[in-house]
Amino acid sequence: MSVIEANGLGKRFGSTWALRDCSLAVPAGHVAALVGPNGAGKTTLLNLAVGLVTPTVGSVTVLGGQAAGSPAALDGIAFVAQDVPLYGNLSAADMLHLTRNLNRHFDQRAAERRLAELDIPLKRKAGRLSGGQQAQLALTLALARRPRLLILDEPMAMLDPVARHNFMATVLTTAVDEGVSVLLSSHVLAELERVADFLVLLSHGRVQVAGEVDELLAGHRVLVGPAAEADRYAERLAVVHARSGGAQAHLLVRMNGDAARVPPGWDAHPVGLEELALAYLREPDAAALPGPARRTVTAVAG
Amino acid sequence: MDGGAALEFRLDPASGVPTSQQLVQQVEHALRLGYLKPGDRLPKVRDAVASLAINPNTVLKAYRELELKGLTEGRPGQGTFIKATLNRVGLPELTKLRRSLLGWVSDADTVGLDADGMAALFASVVRDFAERRSGGAVAEGSERVA
Repeated sequence: MSVIEANGLGKRFGSTWALRDCSLAVPAGHVAALVGPNGAGKTTLLNLAVGLVTPTVGSVTVLGGQAAGSPAALDGIAFVAQDVPLYGNLSAADMLHLTRNLNRHFDQRAAERRLAELDIPLKRKAGRLSGGQQAQLALTLALARRPRLLILDEPMAMLDPVARHNFMATVLTTAVDEGVSVLLSSHVLAELERVADFLVLLSHGRVQVAGEVDELLAGHRVLVGPAAEADRYAERLAVVHARSGGAQAHLLVRMNGDAARVPPGWDAHPVGLEELALAYLREPDAAALPGPARRTVTAVAG
Repeated sequence: MDGGAALEFRLDPASGVPTSQQLVQQVEHALRLGYLKPGDRLPKVRDAVASLAINPNTVLKAYRELELKGLTEGRPGQGTFIKATLNRVGLPELTKLRRSLLGWVSDADTVGLDADGMAALFASVVRDFAERRSGGAVAEGSERVA
């Protein structure tokens, strides 16, 4: 089952396409990261998936084919928007009360238990809680709806390191305990390496990379060899990003399951998630989707 | 965090070693040094996820690898337990080896080899030895094409 499936999805605001030609399937059971620079279309894609905006072209379904925004889809999804959607003048208890009455399912006892574990006082106004506590309160409200898919838009942007750790620990233990699938957007690459096992990379409104992290890492290598030969090999290798000094060149290439492609005298090194994502983000025309893509070398001094 | 577990995992984000490999290496290391012994329980997946804030599949992958290596066994509903021990050399043997290695290090120092040079030479000899013993086959996992 796909928790999100998009086909030819696009959204235009005025004359600007925020998202174009987006075809994508994120399978259930993953913590999926949606990565891309500011303005790449991350929030637009998430808003389309939860039904807050409607597509200009194409379609998007969630949780195994339910139309985004339909009552069945809304019942199964919890969404925490970027700006931590709380009413600052309401107490934590009032926020629970409000959310319970606005939703068909709400596990009041689980929510109260979680807030007690986190030492968040029920009587304190949401606006007086710390940034970390506000994020945890919003997450608690979302999880009390017992979703099958949890969508988080830039959940860690406003949090200090300890609050980030605690927030993600809550998200990930919920994924273990209740089998919730998670889709979260972020541009903090270093943190995602530990958290995500599925990567969707968006750039300039298009999907550039989509796949399981293990498969992506296994399918890419950094080749290190003499700079003089780099151009020659770049012609026949799927080079994503090339860096070349005076003597030595580093080519991040897609192996396409073909270890024999390593040229004689070159070394192949494994690649990390951050390095992989950075390489693609620097080369907006490269893609790692089902289908071919090729780049020529751009030499970088130093 | 996990009262009954014999080991608490930690992560080094700067190491560059994939997270699941770090978990595997920590268990192996603890086995070699005798901190873990057969019957000891590893942290539950949920507890490792909660304390490290890492993807659950990463922990599962590490535990699967340890089981494939024959070091642990999963007991349904109870957790993952240490089954084997890594061929631990006794303390007297280790002390003897250490003493003879110290002599070698002293010789290397006399002819002007620095610590990095010694480490590189030692690693190279160990690699040669392993290759010769496995019948001259090329070391596994190497992707270099000569």
